[in-house]
Amino acid sequence: MTAARAVNVPAVSKAVAAHAIAPRASGRPWTFYVLLAVFVFYVAALYGPMICIYILSFQDVRGGLVFPMKGLSLHWFVDLFTQVRTGDVKGAFDRSVKLAVIVTIMTVVFSFLAGLAFRRRFAGDGVVFYLMIGSLVAPGLVLSLGVGLLMHFIGIEGTWYTSAVGAQLSWTLPFGVLVMFAVMSRFDRAWEEAAYDLGATRWQTIRLVVIPILAPGLVAVALFGFTLSYDEFARTLQTAGSLNTLPLEIWTMTLNVTSPSLYALGTVTTIISFMIIAICLGTIATMQKRRASRVPAH
Amino acid sequence: MAARGRILGWLNVTPLMLVLVPFFVAPILVVLAASFFQSDGYGGLIASPTLQNYTDIFTSGLTANLYAETIKFTILTWFFSLIIGFWVAYFLVFHVRSPLLAIGLFLLCTVPFWTSNIIRMISWIPLLGKEGLINAALLHVGVIHEPLEFLLFSGFAVVVAYVHQLTIFMIVPIFNAMARIDKRVVEAALDAGASRLDIMRMVILPLSKNGIALGSIFVVSIVMGDFFVIKVMSGGGSASVVGALYEDVGVLQYPSAAASAVVLTIVVTMLVALILRTVDVRKELTR
Repeated sequence: MTAARAVNVPAVSKAVAAHAIAPRASGRPWTFYVLLAVFVFYVAALYGPMICIYILSFQDVRGGLVFPMKGLSLHWFVDLFTQVRTGDVKGAFDRSVKLAVIVTIMTVVFSFLAGLAFRRRFAGDGVVFYLMIGSLVAPGLVLSLGVGLLMHFIGIEGTWYTSAVGAQLSWTLPFGVLVMFAVMSRFDRAWEEAAYDLGATRWQTIRLVVIPILAPGLVAVALFGFTLSYDEFARTLQTAGSLNTLPLEIWTMTLNVTSPSLYALGTVTTIISFMIIAICLGTIATMQKRRASRVPAH
Repeated sequence: MAARGRILGWLNVTPLMLVLVPFFVAPILVVLAASFFQSDGYGGLIASPTLQNYTDIFTSGLTANLYAETIKFTILTWFFSLIIGFWVAYFLVFHVRSPLLAIGLFLLCTVPFWTSNIIRMISWIPLLGKEGLINAALLHVGVIHEPLEFLLFSGFAVVVAYVHQLTIFMIVPIFNAMARIDKRVVEAALDAGASRLDIMRMVILPLSKNGIALGSIFVVSIVMGDFFVIKVMSGGGSASVVGALYEDVGVLQYPSAAASAVVLTIVVTMLVALILRTVDVRKELTR
């Protein structure tokens, strides 16, 4: 039933769209080519510079910060993880991944619950909503400073696994909840009602109906949670305590290191990001495909 | 039932509030309190109320310069990211005929958002530098005879880096708003004899207004609250409000840092409130 609808809708809108955009039979308007050029230029500018530094990170020991490419080796990657000069990259890397995992799990659970709550109005929902928007737009360093001072007043030392987790959640959660809003807007209450009518308890309904239907959306929330935490800088600056996370390490390096090992670090961290993105998008695509193929059997 | 729904609603947002209260509300209040304290010069705070920190800010000529500089970059970034973001979203929604291809291209635009901003920023160095690709290419073609100096470590580089990072914040909400426009409305306008310019002006623009406002909130608040792009990409040539705040924190001048943080937060809140007047964000987001 549901997938049948999901399949139907694009088909209808596609027909309408084709008709609306090209009412005068064939041919593209001249604006199409202009906008295509804009789009291609945008994507080139988006990826071009990043590709440059990936290439430059594979230079040998003579390598510099600009083209032309000098030699081809993994020298700067080795340099990155061995040299004391570049700081504790390995440790920072380790901490950042662990921190991102903690933040991701909390973001998914908390955003899911908040998403459930916001489906209907409750007294004070506006306050919660605007606090969330405030947390999203507040300057990161201001919050970072505030958390740092707060810890100072209370007299506890901030660490990356305590205060930094909270500081990062104040940034990832609003994003997570916004994604949940988008996901929830496509969730039909009737499915939940049907589960209740069939005698499911509240918990069974959530576990067997709501979560499976929302699963792709929850993966998307996880993607936001992980990547936003893994790259977070300003809010972590005053809250991570004495040990650096990876973005803080990169920040220090941009000010001190003028060798391609900076680019090598960029390449390594981008590979991690791309892996996470591929896993998440792949999971979502697999779920959708499995869902689409399962329905005709019923 | 209503009472039960209310309790359940609050139960479900409790974890969210347990984050927002100690890590958003409390820090803001602490900063507000600290802004009225005095510094002992060694990172400590003396709890005797004073307005000195604020009078320092408002009597210093530096403050006006910092805000002028930051607002200049905010407006430039907002303008270019809006222009590019709007047309990219428009292209994807109205010109790409296959919905699957449109979503694929949309994802292509969003992928860099999930990678490190700092790395994306420094990736402009090999292109814009004095010996960078752009200068090398221009010299080779013979358009210029001296390398262009203004490309890197300049205001130009700052705007390039911001637009590179933030255009996605325009594309996503505008794309969403445009994708919701019923294509039959466009068709009806065509049937009624509207030109393509009329359709843009009277159908598409009003209906994507909310997306534009939402994207503007993101771009404005991020640029106003940022300092590392300005610091690195201007090569120290430009200062920013948050950059100055960070310097204060660096020398342990917490009260004056807190006071400028409060002023900045008020300015950002006012800018966001101004944008919010044009759109009901909550309706836009929860719809």
